[in-house]
Amino acid sequence: MTLSDNVTLLLPELFLSIAAMVLLLVGVYLRGDRAREVGLGAAVCLVAAVFIVLVTGHAETVSAFEGAFVDDTLARSSKAFIFVAALISLLLADRFFQRERLARPEYPVLILLACVGMALMVSSTDLISLYMGIELQSLAAYVMAAFNRDSRRSTEAGLKYFVLGALSSGLLLYGASLVYGFTGSTQFDAIAAVAGGVESPVGLTFGLVFLISGVAFKVSAAPFHMWTPDVYEGSPTPVTAFFAAAPKLAGMVLFGRVLVEAFPSLIDQWQPIVWLLSAASMIVGALSALVQTNIKRLMAYSSIGHIGYALMGLAAGTEAGISSVVIYMVIYLIMTLGTFACILSMRRSEGMAENISDLAGLSQTQRGLAFAFTFLFISLAGIPIFIGFFAKFFVFMAAVGAGLYVLAAVGVITSVVATYYYLSVIKTIWFDEPQTGFVRENGPAVRLTAALASIVTVVGILVAIGPLRAVAEAAAAPLF
Amino acid sequence: MIAESPSDVPWLTLITFLPLVGALFILLRRAMSRDDEQHLVDQAARNVAFWTTAIVFVFTMGIYFLIYDKDETGFQLVEQVNWLGQGITYKMGVDGVSILFVVLTAFIMPVCVLASWDSIKTRVADYMTAFLVLETMIMGVFSSLDLVLFYVFFEASLIPMFLIIGVWGSKGEKVLFGRTISSRVYAAFKFFLYTLLGSLLMLIALVYMYLEAGTTDIVQLLQYDFAPGVQTWLWLAFFASFAVKMPMWPVHTWLPDAHVQAPTAGSIVLAAILLKMGGYGFVRFSLPMFPDASVDFAPLVFTLSIIAIIWASLVAFAQEDMKKLIAYSSVAHMGFVTMGLFTGTQQGIDGAMFQMLSHGFISGALFLCVGVLYDRMHTREIAAYGGLVMRMKWFAAFFLFFTMGNIGLPGISGFVGEILPLIGAFRVNTWVAALATLGMILSAAYGLRLYREGVFGVIKNEALETIPDVNKREGGLLAVLAALALYLGVNPTPTLNVFETGTDYVLARLEAGVAVAETDAAEPAATTTEPEGVH
Repeated sequence: MTLSDNVTLLLPELFLSIAAMVLLLVGVYLRGDRAREVGLGAAVCLVAAVFIVLVTGHAETVSAFEGAFVDDTLARSSKAFIFVAALISLLLADRFFQRERLARPEYPVLILLACVGMALMVSSTDLISLYMGIELQSLAAYVMAAFNRDSRRSTEAGLKYFVLGALSSGLLLYGASLVYGFTGSTQFDAIAAVAGGVESPVGLTFGLVFLISGVAFKVSAAPFHMWTPDVYEGSPTPVTAFFAAAPKLAGMVLFGRVLVEAFPSLIDQWQPIVWLLSAASMIVGALSALVQTNIKRLMAYSSIGHIGYALMGLAAGTEAGISSVVIYMVIYLIMTLGTFACILSMRRSEGMAENISDLAGLSQTQRGLAFAFTFLFISLAGIPIFIGFFAKFFVFMAAVGAGLYVLAAVGVITSVVATYYYLSVIKTIWFDEPQTGFVRENGPAVRLTAALASIVTVVGILVAIGPLRAVAEAAAAPLF
Repeated sequence: MIAESPSDVPWLTLITFLPLVGALFILLRRAMSRDDEQHLVDQAARNVAFWTTAIVFVFTMGIYFLIYDKDETGFQLVEQVNWLGQGITYKMGVDGVSILFVVLTAFIMPVCVLASWDSIKTRVADYMTAFLVLETMIMGVFSSLDLVLFYVFFEASLIPMFLIIGVWGSKGEKVLFGRTISSRVYAAFKFFLYTLLGSLLMLIALVYMYLEAGTTDIVQLLQYDFAPGVQTWLWLAFFASFAVKMPMWPVHTWLPDAHVQAPTAGSIVLAAILLKMGGYGFVRFSLPMFPDASVDFAPLVFTLSIIAIIWASLVAFAQEDMKKLIAYSSVAHMGFVTMGLFTGTQQGIDGAMFQMLSHGFISGALFLCVGVLYDRMHTREIAAYGGLVMRMKWFAAFFLFFTMGNIGLPGISGFVGEILPLIGAFRVNTWVAALATLGMILSAAYGLRLYREGVFGVIKNEALETIPDVNKREGGLLAVLAALALYLGVNPTPTLNVFETGTDYVLARLEAGVAVAETDAAEPAATTTEPEGVH
């Protein structure tokens, strides 16, 4: 394989990297309040990147750079979803940043860099490229969390994220070095070959545990979730929307790929760990959310819970499990972006409203927004006829198929508890007495996203679930 | 083999989703109106809701009398479209078990809309939208022939009902864990979460069945034999869902709360249709799909049913609130249904189905009667009434008729619905039958008490002096319901025959289950099976 072949495979990442640098230069030269143009440019680049992914796709699995990077259906479909999610969160930010006087050309550039990192994450089949991907995404995220420099909460969020993130990167690296030490390779297939040997070294399991801890931090699975509520609450809302969506998908895909490709024979070792992470996340997500009053914090715990459900599919460790994870994360992406678009619409003349009680009686003041919130929250709770139900349906199916009945039962109970707090928000919207309405100046992107996402939650069950299932199954196939 | 006759015209899809179209129409009308045209929108919403439900009713009647072949066994009007792939399809169809519930739904819904005509004054458009959406969900439950589709409708029906109880429920507060909360909010949450927990357990079982049988097509699953050990777990999971919905003792406690807080039409739809989903689930799934487990668990169901019949009747006797009294009486009557179903006899099962239908009319009418009083006096306390017969002669007559129907007076449908399950129970277990009969006596006790204290006597409450009798709308609704209850009571055979075309297969499966149970008893060592696949 020549260098040019290798480079062709890397086209989406290369394109986005170059685009990011060009946009950075443009941003510096243009100065002033030209952030919008840079943002627009970044949006166009992301659209182009989606096309590149779709157009240059091969039917078969191709690996490049001596097994450090792979281009398969899983990577390609994940990249497409990641870029679209990043694009939407970029568009959501536009009006918000203008209003808060935060618009700077660096923000779109950071999003593009994070996208490169995430693309690398879902494509890496080597511990080194995996680490590079994670770090690129994380470093961009640390800066974005602290983007509102004048706000103490935002700065605190960035710092907290950075310190804890560095710790988890350390764990990850330590795990990677142990794995390398005991297998003599950083490549997934070589690791799998040693691990599958007659005498699989015990130290490898230690490495595996550290590796899992590091990745669990990145996807904010309990008990590595502590950073999530503070970062979600402190970051500017569009940044939170970004954190909640694309990086979670990238993280889960990477999680699946590491476990299934590098440690397939150690499933008896990692399955209980993922089982625990999943159960803990669902429980923490459900119980802690009960007492929240801030809607961004609520969404933080909700995302922890949802990661728990996605991990249920991963714990199955089967092909159906991985495809259920993909289905789950894509549906989660739609619901989360829609919900954050709704949250971005919660603005009063004195500033953003972030408390759940601010939604009181919304059904009588702003019906459109009330319906969008209602659909999205019922969907997040996983009640049919909304698509959130099918996300749960497929992970339950994977779990039952793999014999994880107790985990499925935990999922059932936490899902009832979680429904309580989602319903509480709906109760506030529909049952309570109305307050003064919100200011209706949130820009077309926010309105469109909220409307589209909430429509998709309903209409999706008619048309989208079948094709999505087909895509997810095609994506999971190359791993097995 | 179960016969399936496809339909060229998607009739069932039509009657299922027509209400949704009406709902969208109301929402659009609301969205395009100005704030000062509120009363116009409200009136339009009432009209749209009434005409939509009326058209659905006409269609359903047309289907029932003209298209549906009442002598045929097996599924009719079957439609199937690919949906999620790999054995999960969008499949609709009806048979003798479900068709009458479809008819019942189509009939009760316009009644609900008319019952709320004047009594709902706030947010009328939203209210009517919720009812129309609810009708779609219920129609879907009774006509879906795919387990996933069924589950979707089954659980989705919670959402509109949650809103109906929570937004238009009665005022009042209650203290819970030291916090004062609105009691209608409490009731709405309790209703939703109770039912959800049961449903999710069913979901796990459903997923297991899909993985084992490779399909969620109900017709195929009806012919699939699950291993007896597996059946036990699947039966329990389905039982969790349907027992809550039914509701059976001891998971019935959401029902009185929900009934008391719901607006009149909400109570009607809850008692007349939503509870029937539980019984329908037992007949459609638990009995024929897990026959061995159903036979094994019959004593448990009998015990719970007897407790429900006697205990709920006693509790009903002690109630001060009319709606609570009728709610507990519903729990008791549903006890007859579960008892009849699990006798595994022709009389028991058909009688239980008949009881569900009859209870739909009678309890619906009773809640309507309470609604009539509540609209006038804004209280449901029995003590606030007395002497109504002096001022409301028509009301007193109707109320008497339905109270008697509830007690089980021969000639009214309630009698048939109680005597048949009793005969069925008597054939299986004399004690069960004897204790259930005790429940019938108790139902007379609380029914007559309600009537004596509420309607007879002298007027003590001065506000009652000027209470108007039922108006034309209310009187018309009550008259239609009374006519139906009377017809079913005098001439139950055609209805029972329709049920029979569907329940024959259930019986055959159950008899096979009994045969298995008997071989089990004969050679316990040879056929003992561990519950498989459960850790």
